Amino acid sequence: MRFYLQKILFYLIAFWAALTLNFLIPRMMPGDPVSIIVMKMAAAGQTITPQTRHAISVQLGGIGEGSLISQYWQYLGSLIHGDLGVSIANYPVKVTTILQGALPWTITLVGLATIIAFVLGISLGILAGWKRGSFLDNLIPVVTFFQAVPYFWLALILLLFFSRTWQIFPFAQGYDTVAWPIIVPGWNWPFIKSAVYHGALPAATIVLSSIAGWMLGMRNMMVSTLSEDYILTAEAKGLTPRRVRIVYAARNAVLPSLSGFAISLGFVVAGSIVMETVFSYPGIGFQLWKAVSNNDYPLMQGTFLVISVAVLAANLLVDLMLGLIDPRTRARA
Amino acid sequence: MPSTDQPDPRPSAPTTPTQEGRSTDQPDPRPSTSTTPTQEGPPTGASPSPKRSIARLLPTRSAKLIAGSAMFALVALWAIIGPFVVADPHAISTHMLSAPGQDGYLMGTNQAGQDLWAQLAYGTRGSLIIGLSVGLMALVLSAFFGVLGTYIGGAIDESFALFTNVVLVIPGLPLTIVIANYVPPDQRGLFLISVVLAVTSWAASARVLRSVTLSVRGRDYVAAARIAGEPTWRVLVVEILPNLIPVLASQLIFAVIFAILGEAGLSFLGLGANGSFTLGTMLYFAWQSLALTQGAWWWFVPPGLVIAILGMALSLINFSIDEIINPKLRDSTRAARRKWGLTPAQIRQLEQENVR
Repeated sequence: MRFYLQKILFYLIAFWAALTLNFLIPRMMPGDPVSIIVMKMAAAGQTITPQTRHAISVQLGGIGEGSLISQYWQYLGSLIHGDLGVSIANYPVKVTTILQGALPWTITLVGLATIIAFVLGISLGILAGWKRGSFLDNLIPVVTFFQAVPYFWLALILLLFFSRTWQIFPFAQGYDTVAWPIIVPGWNWPFIKSAVYHGALPAATIVLSSIAGWMLGMRNMMVSTLSEDYILTAEAKGLTPRRVRIVYAARNAVLPSLSGFAISLGFVVAGSIVMETVFSYPGIGFQLWKAVSNNDYPLMQGTFLVISVAVLAANLLVDLMLGLIDPRTRARA
Repeated sequence: MPSTDQPDPRPSAPTTPTQEGRSTDQPDPRPSTSTTPTQEGPPTGASPSPKRSIARLLPTRSAKLIAGSAMFALVALWAIIGPFVVADPHAISTHMLSAPGQDGYLMGTNQAGQDLWAQLAYGTRGSLIIGLSVGLMALVLSAFFGVLGTYIGGAIDESFALFTNVVLVIPGLPLTIVIANYVPPDQRGLFLISVVLAVTSWAASARVLRSVTLSVRGRDYVAAARIAGEPTWRVLVVEILPNLIPVLASQLIFAVIFAILGEAGLSFLGLGANGSFTLGTMLYFAWQSLALTQGAWWWFVPPGLVIAILGMALSLINFSIDEIINPKLRDSTRAARRKWGLTPAQIRQLEQENVR
């Protein structure tokens, strides 16, 4: 119980840190968002009165009005009410509405692709570590190439081959938006088919780039674990190689991969955000990019918050799972 | 498993003929193993000559190390010399989107007729500068939080560890994007972008360093040094730090890869450092000018390829360093076994018995 409480407390602290960073960054950075928007409006030929400034400031959650502490309370208050402000570029659509539309895309894509990459990478790592010097093991240096490839570049390459040279997969979007009859997003077969078809290249990008990391980590841990005495004992007992490999070696070797999940997930999320831009995939990363290029501050803040919360939730899940699989982590708490 | 009369095939065992083919210039029978954190206890033997102890810290020569270093040296050399020998990367010409080899351009031109070969040289230099400076900054930060905090111990260690873990779980690149966007473009200099990248990327290294420092700190010889009255800085610098050098090196390399990739992503979104020219900037311009739909592959394939080659080279170097940290990871390929001087029959037997 202590273990679970500790974990939950830690993630609460991390959550609070993300909230506070989200509050502080716009206020501490040298650029003043209100002035930037005012300057844009002035450049467009609109007249600027002090009331205009005030209106913009209110829209941005009261930046530059009142003391920092009172702004902070106001910020937390609006967060509790689920209010992330109104998007500037898509005025007057609420940020939460935009994020609600974008989040399922990213979570499904990144989630599924990460699970596929994890399972494939771990299995390959087990095999490579078990048979040192085999073909698979010698492939490892080649695999590092994919690990070091920027996601967005791999996306460009996949598009070059599979959309431009051989027109197999679509260029962009999350589903066919110009199809007839019109495809309505939801649990219906035409939409799912279209979404899977459009998601194939983005998913392939994530899997190809992230599989190497899992495989390498697992292979190295497998090699280290296999030289433990209990493996020798297991073999001496005459257990089948399969049982030694999976139940004795792999089960222990996979633990560092899980406890290092936060680092790996950070890479995947960072890569996916930029990658979505390449595919114009209607997820969170694409929204973040649109917000950045339009100076849409409320949307940008909201996106950062949602990404942070999603990453924290995924890490919490893995941490709790780790406690379930490995009793030692619970005992250590 | 091998019977007892079989020679132990593990390369780290001192009695095997492992040394053949590696490190022939240094007669030390146990190349580079005695300083690994996995090795129990203090280094054996009376004080070795300084030259030899440095040699122990160097990775043993392996195909991976040679390939990695050669690739990295080639790219780095090109980044240093290239900008002096190529044409002006920003000079425009009338040869728009020439394919490689066409009109006398080695790697073709972009939409404005700029020489992409020249741009690649400048871009590589820019990416390497950012990568190295961010890597060093991140290393200093991670050493501060990971090594110093852990050595001091107590409440400071606890709070540093908590801080590290919190920074670790908050996604770095989105944070970098948000920070970079709040800085006006004219103030978004090379230094600022490097600092932002370093601040968001040190945590993973700090966690690794913390766990290694914890294990080194608990060793008997560190306790002995403390009891002998050595000052704190001396225990840290002379007793603990040498054991951390392989780990620090591998973390530095990770940080450099991460920084190059992070900067490329940031530049690709148009949030790169003001006035800098990197491989990411090249990709940004290629993407913005629809190089993909125009089929100008020579515009966007080479920059990404250089990033991937750099990353691969650094990872290969890291493999060799990992083999110092953890000798169990050393080569056990067919080629490596051949060097042990076993007969083919013995090798076959070992393989059948699936010896690791």
